[in-house]
Amino acid sequence: MRFNWQRLRSWEGLLLLLLIIVVIINVILSPFYLNLGNQINLFQLSIEKIIVALAMAFVIINAEIDLSVASVMGLSACVLAYLFDQGYSMGVAIFAALLSGVLCGAFNGFWIAYVRLPSLVVTLAGLIGYRGAARILVEDRSIGEFPDWFDALGQQPLVGPIPVAIIIFFVLLIISAVVLQRSMFGRYVYVIGNSLDVARFSGVNVKRVKMTLFIISGTTAALAGLLLAARLGAVRGNTAEGFELDIITMVLLGGVSIFGGTGSLTGVALAIILILNLRNGMSLANITGNTQTGVIGALLILSVLVPNWTQIINARLKRRQFQRTQVQEGG
Amino acid sequence: MKTLKRLIHPDQIRELVLVLLILLIVLFFGSQIENYYSPRLFNRITTSVAILLVVAVGQTLVVIMRNIDLSVGAIVGFTAYFVGQQLAANNDMSPITAVLLAIGVGGLMGLVNGLITAYGRVPAIITTLGTLAIYRTILVDFSDAQTIITSSLPAWLVELPSKNLVEFGNFDIRWMFVWAVLVVILFQLVMTYLPWGRRLYAIGSNPDAAAQAGLPVERTMLIAFILCGALSGLGGFMFLARFGNITVVAGLGLELQIVAAVVVGGVNIFGGSGTMLGALLGTILIATLEQSLLRWAIISEFWRDALLGLLILLAVAADAVILDRLRNFWARTEVETLSDIEAEPLKETPHAL
Repeated sequence: MRFNWQRLRSWEGLLLLLLIIVVIINVILSPFYLNLGNQINLFQLSIEKIIVALAMAFVIINAEIDLSVASVMGLSACVLAYLFDQGYSMGVAIFAALLSGVLCGAFNGFWIAYVRLPSLVVTLAGLIGYRGAARILVEDRSIGEFPDWFDALGQQPLVGPIPVAIIIFFVLLIISAVVLQRSMFGRYVYVIGNSLDVARFSGVNVKRVKMTLFIISGTTAALAGLLLAARLGAVRGNTAEGFELDIITMVLLGGVSIFGGTGSLTGVALAIILILNLRNGMSLANITGNTQTGVIGALLILSVLVPNWTQIINARLKRRQFQRTQVQEGG
Repeated sequence: MKTLKRLIHPDQIRELVLVLLILLIVLFFGSQIENYYSPRLFNRITTSVAILLVVAVGQTLVVIMRNIDLSVGAIVGFTAYFVGQQLAANNDMSPITAVLLAIGVGGLMGLVNGLITAYGRVPAIITTLGTLAIYRTILVDFSDAQTIITSSLPAWLVELPSKNLVEFGNFDIRWMFVWAVLVVILFQLVMTYLPWGRRLYAIGSNPDAAAQAGLPVERTMLIAFILCGALSGLGGFMFLARFGNITVVAGLGLELQIVAAVVVGGVNIFGGSGTMLGALLGTILIATLEQSLLRWAIISEFWRDALLGLLILLAVAADAVILDRLRNFWARTEVETLSDIEAEPLKETPHAL
């Protein structure tokens, strides 16, 4: 247990070190980097993804995965746009959009928690299916011209220079950190992620925890979809397509193990800030969005590969040391 | 009853159900769409099955080992573009060189997936989600926003998709379809008779036990990924032949259709079971559904993805809930019949001991 904790701490230390390096390079690259405007902009450009990443951290720590989040984001935005286009009031549309997220999450959760299908397949089906549902609603149109107050929500600052989405993110970050690190529910998430059997024999209501997690994930994704619609001012069938890559990368880079059971929100928060600054720096260096996606993909693989290899090498070194001491004792 | 049970296995029931489902879909759309049983639609379905099928065979190899390859769409896109570019620049290139080039490039991309997954111990879903982005990025940077156009390609390639082996009236059996079916047969034989094929099932059923039993888990996994990449490369070549005009979005999202086809075809996503025949049926089902929906006036073609998602879920749920029970039932009766057989000769010929 103690070894694990140290490894975790060093992983977070590594992230911090990387972050400092990226920040220094960015400062050298551009004098505008440290401006408050750029710093807020850097958050705002990916704010929807990082909000979903918080929920995804819970899901992955629980040893599950939710590949459908980007499609749920798209669906919620499309539900909003469709109802608004049909002449419903914005309030009804927003409510229905959030509800669609809850339902998608509950649908995923039902198959995963109660029928015990692997989350990988269920949410892969969701990734295709929810996107399909979004396309049915919007087809190949682009729906925009929402009321001004809605667009302003995504585009205008609310308090001082800070837009509402950033406030939502930080509020959710604090809530998630408290829930994950300080509450009973958070402990259950870790226990189930570590060992399903241990959790079950300890009397943890595994089904309910998993169901709750997927509903939270769906709802958060729907909320993020709404914020995205407000920021972009228009919705299309492919809104938020492919976002799952960035979101999962942020969580895994934050030191959450894909096999569940380990990871902390401190790590995830650091990874989020690191990726945002990296993307911002690449933009400042005129690297195209396409190449940035490739870099994120490489980062995703490395974030699992590097800890794996350090663990393998560590184990090998330990074995060698053990053999050496045995030989010495024998001699 | 017992002999019947011994003759028919649950997995054959599943394949039978798939065949019935395909027939039902065809009959249903036949009653809905005017002039549905036309040669044109038949040819369109077989051509689209051909491309999906070779990639699905590769995916099946990987899924049987309890892995998944999400990068196949990007590999198809990249090889289609790369080979197309080489052929456009060098029209004299022989067909065999072009096919080998496609297979080689695809195999190389599969090798990267395999190395990271097998030796780096990164879960396949993470590896291939990453390489999906990386390969597509390489394609976009490599293409420099240029498009491959049909007129720049050699004539033999453009004519390839409409070349027939035999014709029944206007119903063509096209060469590309025949190739794809040959690939299926080849790999079905490999999976049934070669030690390497059996190893895939063993590792997919229980990787730890397979490793304990001394099977080369990592090497087998690596080869499966290389083959999956190589077959995707072949699929890319066929994609190029069929469409001619290749942009950077070629094959985008293809991986979802492929995974859907394989899972619907009864290849267990937990690994350890599934056949190439199943993958063939799954591919035919999905291609038929897709092409039919395109022509159905009542609902828009935008329903395709939603139905596809639902279909995957139902296939997996049916597999988990119904087929598991059937398999247990079969296993129980098999034990009973086995004990019957063993008990009888023991009574009559005690010296057999």
